[in-house]
Amino acid sequence: MSTQRIFPAPPESIEHKEFWANVNEGKLLLPRCKDTEQFFWYPRKISPFTLSDNVEWVQASGKGVIYTFSVMRRAEPQYVIAYVRLDEGVTMMTNIVECDPDLLAIGQPVELLMQESENGQKIPVFKPA
Amino acid sequence: MSIKNKAFIGGIYEHPTRKAIDKSVAQLHAESAAGALADAGLSPDDVDAYYCAGDAPGLGPLSMIDYMGLKNVRHMDATETGGSSYVVHVGHAAQAIAMGKANIALITLAGRPRADGMATGTAPRNYDSAAPDVPFEFIYGPTVVNMYAMAARRHMYEFGTTSEQLAWIKVAASHHAQHNEHAMLRNVVTVEDVVTSPMISDPLHRLDCCVISDGGGAIVVTSPEVAKSLQRDCVKIMGHGEAPKSIDNGQIDLTYTGARWSGPIAFEEAEVTPSDMDYVSIYDSFTITVLETIEDLGFCEKGKGGSFVSDGNLISGQGRLPFNTDGGGLCNNHPMNRGGLTKVLEAVRQLRGEAHPAVQVKNCQLALAHGTGGSIGTRMASSTVILGRADS
Repeated sequence: MSTQRIFPAPPESIEHKEFWANVNEGKLLLPRCKDTEQFFWYPRKISPFTLSDNVEWVQASGKGVIYTFSVMRRAEPQYVIAYVRLDEGVTMMTNIVECDPDLLAIGQPVELLMQESENGQKIPVFKPA
Repeated sequence: MSIKNKAFIGGIYEHPTRKAIDKSVAQLHAESAAGALADAGLSPDDVDAYYCAGDAPGLGPLSMIDYMGLKNVRHMDATETGGSSYVVHVGHAAQAIAMGKANIALITLAGRPRADGMATGTAPRNYDSAAPDVPFEFIYGPTVVNMYAMAARRHMYEFGTTSEQLAWIKVAASHHAQHNEHAMLRNVVTVEDVVTSPMISDPLHRLDCCVISDGGGAIVVTSPEVAKSLQRDCVKIMGHGEAPKSIDNGQIDLTYTGARWSGPIAFEEAEVTPSDMDYVSIYDSFTITVLETIEDLGFCEKGKGGSFVSDGNLISGQGRLPFNTDGGGLCNNHPMNRGGLTKVLEAVRQLRGEAHPAVQVKNCQLALAHGTGGSIGTRMASSTVILGRADS
């Protein structure tokens, strides 16, 4: 795509300071419930499996495949919203960037990159691997 | 304990406006309430229970009870599940009445997104920054339409569903809407018209999307004793189900909705099956919403919705499953971006024999109304109600 959408900044949240600080350093942290050893998404300090705070951060490999996507044709500039299923087994909402939207497909491998939002905070997005 | 046949719908009203430049939201609620009470032959003083959702201004029931001068309310519910709220309210009203907590419950919906110039479907909605999911979603530009589009694309990938099959849903709605003088879109369209209309968010075209309309509506639910005293043909509430669906901690599956759970609960309570239904009102924010819901409610196997809805199978008088004979959200209206209440209204009209003669289902005894709220792309709630003629 010729021009890229300007990402809004994620609203600040007491619960997610560490997550976003790590994104600025190029790391996508996934929350994992230590009681059940299961990853979950989106990040929380409370495990949705046990309601305990026994949750740890694990750095994601940054590899995944497209679960589904859509090109927002009525936006200027157009952009691709997607769900990406990470190798760690959870699926996250994201944008696919640096791509020809007409060549994307479900099941396609993608890889993580961080891009700046409007206030300088980086956000995790994906591009074709 | 069941609500089966313990509460009746005694009055309904659909506000005729589709663009309410000269009316406030509260005014539209009150006009809808007055219409439904008049339809039932009741007065505001008879109302002892009141239900509304997030479209009601201010403090919901408190603001609206005050505005409408309701003096005798002793039961309230402000359950907010988006567009499915009002189908939930019908169930909750029936529960309150079955428990003896209320006799005459009023449910209202109203809004003016068109008059307010809301970019309903294509711009990211305003959000509550304290909502825990927002930091991980809003940044990516989720809109109403691209969330449903992602569900449609995944359904196509898993089951081979096509744009032409989805288009048949809009075609059927347009066949019905031509007879509704209040419908926003009354032109009959073809499959080709739908698939050649501008792409909004792939694979959903403009004609896969519902209208944006102002307006509102109201429903009066009563006890069996009150229903017997009314001049109106009352409709009995036979069963009700409601269920949320979440993103499941990251184990996302966009090929089904909460109807997978709300439907069976409602059918079991009503002691009927999908094949018993003479008419269905299915929430139709988008064509894909209808397709997934029809599968989830058990009208066909999961994944076979595409062939089920094709070739006019949803058109009254032609197909096996007449649906949304008022034109639904796809053609008639979608007041305040919330279509659950109007789904109940057309089901009641069908059971009373008061649908337009061109779309009235012959000898309509049993009907289903289904609401979808939130987004099938993320977190949503489904609600199903089974209704029957009082003499069925």
